[in-house]
Amino acid sequence: MPADTTAPSGSGRTVLDARDISRALTRIAHEILERNKGAADLVLLGIPSRGVPLARRIAAKIDAVEGVDIPVGSLDVTMYRDDLRMRPARTLMPTDIPPGGIDGKTVVLVDDVLFSGRTIRAALDAMNDIGRPRSVRLAVLVDRGHRELPIRADFVGKNLPTSLVEKVAVRLEEFDGSDAVMISGGSAEGEESA
Amino acid sequence: MNRHLLSTGDLTRDDAELILETAEELRSLADRPIKKLPALRGRTVVNLFFEDSTRTRISFEAAAKRLSADVINFAAKGSSLSKGESLKDTALTLEAMGADAVVIRHWASGAPHLLANSGWVRSSVVNAGDGTHEHPTQALLDAFTMWRHLGNLDGRRIAIVGDVLHSRVARSNALLLRTLGAEVTLVAPPTLLPVGVESWDAETSYDLDSVLPKSDAVMMLRVQRERMNAAFFPTQREYSRRYGLDARRMAMLQDHTLVMHPGPMIRGMEITADVADSDRSVIVEQVTNGVAVRMAVLYLLLSGNESETGRTTDAGPTEATTDTDGAQS
Repeated sequence: MPADTTAPSGSGRTVLDARDISRALTRIAHEILERNKGAADLVLLGIPSRGVPLARRIAAKIDAVEGVDIPVGSLDVTMYRDDLRMRPARTLMPTDIPPGGIDGKTVVLVDDVLFSGRTIRAALDAMNDIGRPRSVRLAVLVDRGHRELPIRADFVGKNLPTSLVEKVAVRLEEFDGSDAVMISGGSAEGEESA
Repeated sequence: MNRHLLSTGDLTRDDAELILETAEELRSLADRPIKKLPALRGRTVVNLFFEDSTRTRISFEAAAKRLSADVINFAAKGSSLSKGESLKDTALTLEAMGADAVVIRHWASGAPHLLANSGWVRSSVVNAGDGTHEHPTQALLDAFTMWRHLGNLDGRRIAIVGDVLHSRVARSNALLLRTLGAEVTLVAPPTLLPVGVESWDAETSYDLDSVLPKSDAVMMLRVQRERMNAAFFPTQREYSRRYGLDARRMAMLQDHTLVMHPGPMIRGMEITADVADSDRSVIVEQVTNGVAVRMAVLYLLLSGNESETGRTTDAGPTEATTDTDGAQS
């Protein structure tokens, strides 16, 4: 990553393009398999909205390597957020647990950006009400730092050092028509980061 | 969304669709081993019931408990309410106890409006049925049931059949279904249609047989004998023959048409047992959906209003009210 400090405001600067994202997800898929010693008992749970297509893509890549179709689901954490009562009511997203459930499985949570860690804390709570996995791992496309809780990712697509005022936006084909990770804001804008 | 749910007429199409979509996500909770979400932990919901009701109260209670709220049931029988306490004093008591939401069922039309707009309580008020006026959560669960089976309600034809005059369900449904784009036909004997029904934006008919073949859902209403102080039809038998749903009439329906009833139903009066137990009947599903819809309503009204719209900053008149005197603040 070149140290480009003159970020154009508004549009943002692309830090990962579609090919970078694909390569990062391929590597994550391999790392998951390596760590798990195969695809046995794996379940991928994406955190809506953008974690879900990422989980599907990782599953497709695992399928391409191992020839195993591993279960993919989605886990909405809205009701478990710690800032629920500070903000206007949020729209709920689907929670869709694969038919085999998660009891005794190795669950890999998948999200787009790891930031404060609060979403992941909420996800761990949400999972607690659904079952008891043998272990839980975390895969993220981008880790932008600034953790507020003792949480770390097991599989990271890209470590992206950011300042708190910057905004990281993940665009995915499924929602936005194209794949990219953009960074915008910076010192010029006083905009609060997501 | 407003801070209160008093009438389905207050809901915009966006509000109504948000409630239905939220209910859809909450419905899956019933299939999970742990049927609880922490969203309203530490909040207090008071069920204030001045009129007997089993299913609505239980449904609200289940909904609030599944969202981890504390529930206080306050029924008229055996409480200070039966000793002649006024609504105002009851409301002040609830306020002093720190209720975050009051679910009120009252025999007087307009009691929830009074409670919400009087300034007696700061909590959200949910109308769980007031007199012959409205019953918004019932209408929402009916719409939710139709929406799940029929998809988008735009242009769908819904027949509401029976005692429209005494039915708060009919009014709430007619308003909400119009908002969602459906066409409503009220079918009843002339004596059981309310005065001013022309202004309801719904068709009316006295002839059930002509309405049934083109309906996408048929909602049967209970004949509310406890509210009848005069003769509205000659005999029960004649009413059943002209306005009851039986196997012969069910055969006239389209294949996808739903048969609904808000309950409690009187088998043999407005609906026969074989119709109520048939495959088209979604009456039991309506009850299941009731919990999900009420969870959605409580979630949307209560979560996040602590610092934003309600509790701490509501010195002035709320956005919901246009008819308060405004001289308070």
